Amino acid sequence: MSTGTTKLNVVVSDVVPVNELVTRFHFRRRDGELLPTFSGGAHVVVEMRDGNRTRLNPYSLMGSPLDTREYTISVRRDDAGRGGSLFMHRQVKPGLEMVISYPVNLFSLDLRAKKHLMLAGGIGITPFMAQTSQLAGAGGNFELHYTCRTASLGTYADVLQQRYGNRVRLYHDDREERIDLDRLLSSQPLGTHLYVCGPAGMINWVRDRAAALGWPPETVHFEHFAAPQPGAPFDVTLAVSGKTIRVGEQQSLLEAIETAGVDPPYLCRGGVCGQCETNVISSDGKFIHNDHWLSEEDHRSGCKIMPCVSRFEGKSLVLER
Amino acid sequence: MAAKTIISRPIYGTLSPQSGKHHLFIADAEGALAITDMARKAPPGFFDGAEINFIPGLEGKHIAALEALKPAQLHIAPSFASLLPRLKQTLTNAHMGLRLYLAGTEGLIGQAMQAALEAGIDHTSIETEHRGSLARRMQCVHCKGITENVTTQPALCSHCGLLLLVRDHYSRRLAAFQGVCINAEDRSEVPPMEEIFR
Amino acid sequence: MGITFRKETFRDDYTFRNSPEHIRRFPFPFNEDSYMYAVNIEPHVVGPKGSVLENLIDVDEHYVAEMQDRALVLAEDPLRCQSLPHMTLAGWDLLELLMEQQALGYPEHFTLERNGDRWRWINRPLGIDDTFTFGDTSTLPYGPMEYITRQSQGDFCILDQRDGNLWMDAGMVTTQADWSLDFDIGMNFFEWHAPVPLAHEKGIFTRALKFLTNIQQGKPARRLNWTMTINPRLDTSPENYHKWGPDRATVTPENVGQKVHLRVELQSFWRLPRSNAIVFPIRCYLIKMDELVTQPKWARRLHRVIRDLPEELATYKGLTRYRPTLVEWLSKLDDGSPTSPGFGPD
Repeated sequence: MSTGTTKLNVVVSDVVPVNELVTRFHFRRRDGELLPTFSGGAHVVVEMRDGNRTRLNPYSLMGSPLDTREYTISVRRDDAGRGGSLFMHRQVKPGLEMVISYPVNLFSLDLRAKKHLMLAGGIGITPFMAQTSQLAGAGGNFELHYTCRTASLGTYADVLQQRYGNRVRLYHDDREERIDLDRLLSSQPLGTHLYVCGPAGMINWVRDRAAALGWPPETVHFEHFAAPQPGAPFDVTLAVSGKTIRVGEQQSLLEAIETAGVDPPYLCRGGVCGQCETNVISSDGKFIHNDHWLSEEDHRSGCKIMPCVSRFEGKSLVLER
Repeated sequence: MAAKTIISRPIYGTLSPQSGKHHLFIADAEGALAITDMARKAPPGFFDGAEINFIPGLEGKHIAALEALKPAQLHIAPSFASLLPRLKQTLTNAHMGLRLYLAGTEGLIGQAMQAALEAGIDHTSIETEHRGSLARRMQCVHCKGITENVTTQPALCSHCGLLLLVRDHYSRRLAAFQGVCINAEDRSEVPPMEEIFR
Repeated sequence: MGITFRKETFRDDYTFRNSPEHIRRFPFPFNEDSYMYAVNIEPHVVGPKGSVLENLIDVDEHYVAEMQDRALVLAEDPLRCQSLPHMTLAGWDLLELLMEQQALGYPEHFTLERNGDRWRWINRPLGIDDTFTFGDTSTLPYGPMEYITRQSQGDFCILDQRDGNLWMDAGMVTTQADWSLDFDIGMNFFEWHAPVPLAHEKGIFTRALKFLTNIQQGKPARRLNWTMTINPRLDTSPENYHKWGPDRATVTPENVGQKVHLRVELQSFWRLPRSNAIVFPIRCYLIKMDELVTQPKWARRLHRVIRDLPEELATYKGLTRYRPTLVEWLSKLDDGSPTSPGFGPD
């Protein structure tokens, strides 16, 4: 296993279907002790042992950071993905023993903020569940705007409205309800920080409008774990360890490197934390970059790759691993 | 200052127009010229949503040049102290989308930034340009008193009278350079005072 | 069992001493005969019994006297303990960490009872028995950081992590090696290290920052740093430099052994769980030359390190005025024979 974080041995204590796409999973420690305290916005990496295959996916912790008897995550079923969410939905039952990482926070609240303005899209609501619990307990000033496809897919919308009343605003796509984003962004008091979690298109839209309306980048926080995409198999030479490996259709490059017995560090496996950044020694072909870590310049240069989420198509690829 | 310096020493840039809904300028003396220089690069209508606060100083120059920019508001203040209550009120009522531009002496930039930090503006988002005097605001690390307009090295603390080495180490929170006793180990050593911050 | 706490002072009559056992456990910072900056960071894991690493938060025979000295410093200058408004949560994180670690390592001296939010803290050496509500500042006599760091050896800086940098936004700093919390509070990692010579050019701080921002919960790290101090004075602050600076001119060949102290900082770095901040305890250990040279290996090695130290570093560490006297005194204890590898005495 890799070097990023300490592992926790847990048991699935409950599995709760939330709606037609989302299921919630509860974990407790196998030794009965309390879990480590965490901060709103933190995620854990869940190890899924599926036959002889292991997938490691990051999920935001959505419980209250004040309650460390159990951790809860919510998983949206993705029928077209590489099977991690399907494994969780189909195979994970109460009583199953699993391994998760210690919590890591790459989407932390800026506690200097005079106000926290949160924008969620779909399953992007999960980190805000924990952040709102944390802020409400400390008397923090926040406002949450949550867009979902339909009322029945508005995961936890009812819970949030019950907890926080009109501090939570809902927007339903099927009712043609849209955030008046420019107006919202222009009416916030000085010292507000903005947090966005949701589909990539939404994050880009919000970031662009915020920049155009004069929000400095330090005040705009976003998190989007990319999921590794399936693709055509390709061969890679690992120059440092002297190995040649094949990346399967449903495998990520990082997983293939790990299968060969080489363990790059990682914290998120979603193209955000930067830990597994790898230098390219030579290449003949096309990179398919999916990460949020490298700059556009890095992407164009072809000198670096994030093996957790990015792939390659072409004749040859040699990495410094 | 061409001399070798350290990382905590502030680096000032050249004002440039930022995207935003409102633009607030604070300048003293020759800082006005940084604004008029920037105006040449600004998009049409930029100053329609701008407020300029200007402290002309003793010479009283540059007011007409700022008037010619036709800002939404131009406020002339006799000193930074007299401007501060108005600045605090403006920042308290401001919304995200306000951009801040500071130009002129280091003392002015530092003190205006101090007010902005308290209002929740991150220092990295503030546009600054240094013009005019290099005189320093200095905090005596021993008695905590601030001495304004320090031009010599070493300098006397105007509060406790210790002879201080004026360091390049700078605190945004205090808007001041650090002054540390230069002859603490042997008070009989008194280095000559040179005027170097002009 | 338990520690016998010494009655001693770090000012005026300077009665500070190390017992023979404490001399042997001193964290001597040189593992070879020369010194230069390096990113010498390693995992902060428990070390051998009888070393300062036996517990991750070390309590030793100087505990009570150091806490008394801290109280004196704070009474003179309350600005040595400051916390910017957004750092209160991190203060509670630190309180939890220090209470848990001290109770874990020294159950005969400290006890923590947790019943939900209702906590009881018993500190026998200082005669404290307080019950309070975790998270409710009004139930403690001070803010959470000040409360617990008045009961913990070493300085503490709490660093907020934002925008890929670390910001020194809170701290309790009364035993510092010549830097001012009041001046540096609010600065980022590069800014507060700005006065350190040579290391920026070597890229030390860029690499160190990258490491520190990735410190994970449950995986603390540590490094050693060192300087020298005349008289066993904990409070060598810039605020009081005009008071202790003259001591540097008082070193003579006759008093080197008693006056000159090696000052070692065991710095550790911990991710705090609720605030996602990093706490940076700087634990200071002092040893006078007469005590240090009871270990012949340390005497030989220190002589070579101080003799060959680059001039910029000697100036930065404030050794210039007495270095020749010290080197001359140490040279008599260096027969030129090789030193064994590693930090420990032979």
